[in-house]
Amino acid sequence: MSLRPATAASKADVVLPPPTERYPLLGWVWKHLFTPWHNALLTVLALGLLYLLAVPFAQWALTQARWEVVVVNLRLLLIGQYPLEQVWRLWLSVHVLAFVAGLTIGSTVRAGLWRAVPILAAPWALALVADFDLATRAHLGALPVVGLVAFVLGRLGHVYVRRHVIGLWVIYFPLFILLVRGLTAEEGWLPVVPTNVWGGLVLTFVLTVAGIIFSFPIGVLLALGRRSNLPLVRWASVVYIELVRGVPLVTILFMAQIMLPLFLPSNVTIDRVLRAVVGIVLFTAAYQAENVRGGLQAISRGQYEAAYALGLNSLQTNLFIILPQALRNVIPVLVGQFIALYKDTSLVAIVGLLDLLGIAKSVLAQPAYIGTQREVYLFISAIYWLFSYVMSYLSQRLEKALGVGER
Amino acid sequence: MKKARELPAAELSDLSAVRVVSADRAHTPFWRDERVLRVFAQLAFLAIILLLLGYLVNNMLQALSRQGLVLGFSFLSSTAGFDIGETLIPFDRSQTYGRAFVVGLLNTVNVSVWGILFATLLGVVVGVARLSQNILVQFLARFYIEALRNVPLLVLLIFVYAGVFLNFPQIRQALRVGPVMLSNRGVYLPWPIPTETFDDFRLFLLAGVIASAAIWVLLWRRHKGSGPAWPKWVWSAGVGVGLVALGWVVLIAQPPLALEYPEVEGLKVSGGKRFTPEFMALWSGLVIYTAAFIADVVRAGIQSVSKGQVEAARALGLNGAQTLRLVVFPQALRVIIPPLTSHYLNLTKNSSLAVAVGYPDLFSVSGTILNQSGRALEIIALAMSIYLSLSLLTSLFMNWYNRRTRLVER
Repeated sequence: MSLRPATAASKADVVLPPPTERYPLLGWVWKHLFTPWHNALLTVLALGLLYLLAVPFAQWALTQARWEVVVVNLRLLLIGQYPLEQVWRLWLSVHVLAFVAGLTIGSTVRAGLWRAVPILAAPWALALVADFDLATRAHLGALPVVGLVAFVLGRLGHVYVRRHVIGLWVIYFPLFILLVRGLTAEEGWLPVVPTNVWGGLVLTFVLTVAGIIFSFPIGVLLALGRRSNLPLVRWASVVYIELVRGVPLVTILFMAQIMLPLFLPSNVTIDRVLRAVVGIVLFTAAYQAENVRGGLQAISRGQYEAAYALGLNSLQTNLFIILPQALRNVIPVLVGQFIALYKDTSLVAIVGLLDLLGIAKSVLAQPAYIGTQREVYLFISAIYWLFSYVMSYLSQRLEKALGVGER
Repeated sequence: MKKARELPAAELSDLSAVRVVSADRAHTPFWRDERVLRVFAQLAFLAIILLLLGYLVNNMLQALSRQGLVLGFSFLSSTAGFDIGETLIPFDRSQTYGRAFVVGLLNTVNVSVWGILFATLLGVVVGVARLSQNILVQFLARFYIEALRNVPLLVLLIFVYAGVFLNFPQIRQALRVGPVMLSNRGVYLPWPIPTETFDDFRLFLLAGVIASAAIWVLLWRRHKGSGPAWPKWVWSAGVGVGLVALGWVVLIAQPPLALEYPEVEGLKVSGGKRFTPEFMALWSGLVIYTAAFIADVVRAGIQSVSKGQVEAARALGLNGAQTLRLVVFPQALRVIIPPLTSHYLNLTKNSSLAVAVGYPDLFSVSGTILNQSGRALEIIALAMSIYLSLSLLTSLFMNWYNRRTRLVER
């Protein structure tokens, strides 16, 4: 018999999958839930726990909860006070996001695509069910289409797209900030929107994206500095990294809010969002430095020696030989750090910014919605959860597609 | 000219030295000599850093002098003028800022220690459940981990505080779960109160601890000297508990500890131990959040022990519990400890989010002092350095423990 994989044409050669253990349904239940005897005990305990938690929750969520607080304040929670006539810019950035995400998924994900179905269906369901105006519905309806088109494109050119997927994200992030902030004066085609009206999920995203863009290069520099053979540079990096990693983020945010204006000359004013970004970047850079250092340590010394032997200088060696390999090895860790950063942006609510959490607090301060903390906080938890779950899922797929740890 | 070997042995320096040596030896001009360039590069780096720092500090000093402020820590000895809701040591408004700091620090340590303890317990349980053969248990553990890892701690804390602990009924309709009383003023637990005979009982306690430690050491020595492997824990714990029980029986006429139950009396609660909603929210939030991360660490650690180890242990005749205790766990621990350390550190640092639920920890007290005294720079510096030393202490301890458990390589 030939060792070639069987094709549809030669049915006689079909290689059957190895036999598996098969049970009838009851047998399966018996094996996984009731044998040996202590497993049965565990099953009963788990069922009891599930009953104790799920039933009261479902009762509350379906009958007592006042979900209208979320429905009425949805716009506030998502975009804060962003001017209505400029909302198209946010929609545009969401469409581009759907496009880039579609390309990423299309070019990297092979199995388990059914998971994407709820994500695709959600905007349509929202457009049909919720009481939005026509423009919102049109945008919502278009989102899955954009995502699907990008998915098909990514699937078609997967070899080519896969190589540039990270580049696409690198371009997308500054584009997002640009779209939110604006470029021209009041009368132009992309007027600047002042930061004091940024809020809700948009502000959370802006803080996350700005944190990612700026903390990454600083982190790489610090990591290289920590492995430098110049003692002064090495010590300075070590001191910075260990200092920052030893204190809580909220103290750094506090310092950025209170001290930053003191450190700058008196004629320079720096707005509160920017101060928060500075705090977040200074904090995350130290952590990213440690992650990148992990990647650098995994590079064998032969790579440096080979690069020097070829006549590359230190800059060229790091830029073209070492960093591309080192960073590829730590993509999952880097993305994990970005997810942590996304969750950590909620701390700016403590220093008084109106991000998703901050605006949720101000919604709860309205007299009409006293006593609806559970509804509002559950809703924003769900939003935080959704995006960080999707991010970690995509990074796992990307890791597999890039063959990290295989080459 | 020196040879490459004599140059500093940092990882890359000898590489660059090789290139220096291979260049034209006698005529390397100084601007291309790497040894000179290294010194210049560092001097330039130092100059840039110093200039930057000098510029920032100069700006700050100017801003401070415009506001008429002088730097210094003398304010720590002036009167605080505010009360703190929860203290481990006595404190009132007539005492100093310095003592207020200490109160906050003790509260931080308190919540961190209890948080670390319970997060570890819950995390290990969930992590083992995640690997259970029981599909339902596995699903529950997985749901727990995935749900909590992807939600910000701050949102969880505020939800637990405002949505759970403040939502309990008022004191007169307090909820009772067994002996525990839940109300919006806190959680009340029955608490043992020492009676007159407690002093005598203490002797028995001491004797029990000493005896069990002695027996453990004795059996351990015998075991190490290739003696029979007695069940050390059973014997030492048995003797210890036995001595304490004996003490209880001797003093049975007046039991040394009396359990006091919380009772509602009008608008107050007498007896029992009260845990404020702020403490409970912070503590439970930290525990359930950190436990999700610890569970994942524990799962990864256990999975890192190869299956052959378990099979070999079974082939040698160890039973399930012995395999876990003697073969799997010691090896898993090596993988678990380094990430576990960082989660402990995270928990300690995350306890600063107490400020969002109103628990008077170090950071929250610092904020109050800052508002009262206006000494931003000193207070932030002080708070940061205390957190830094807490982190360093924790990591020193965990590094010591890690050295003890790691593989001894030959």
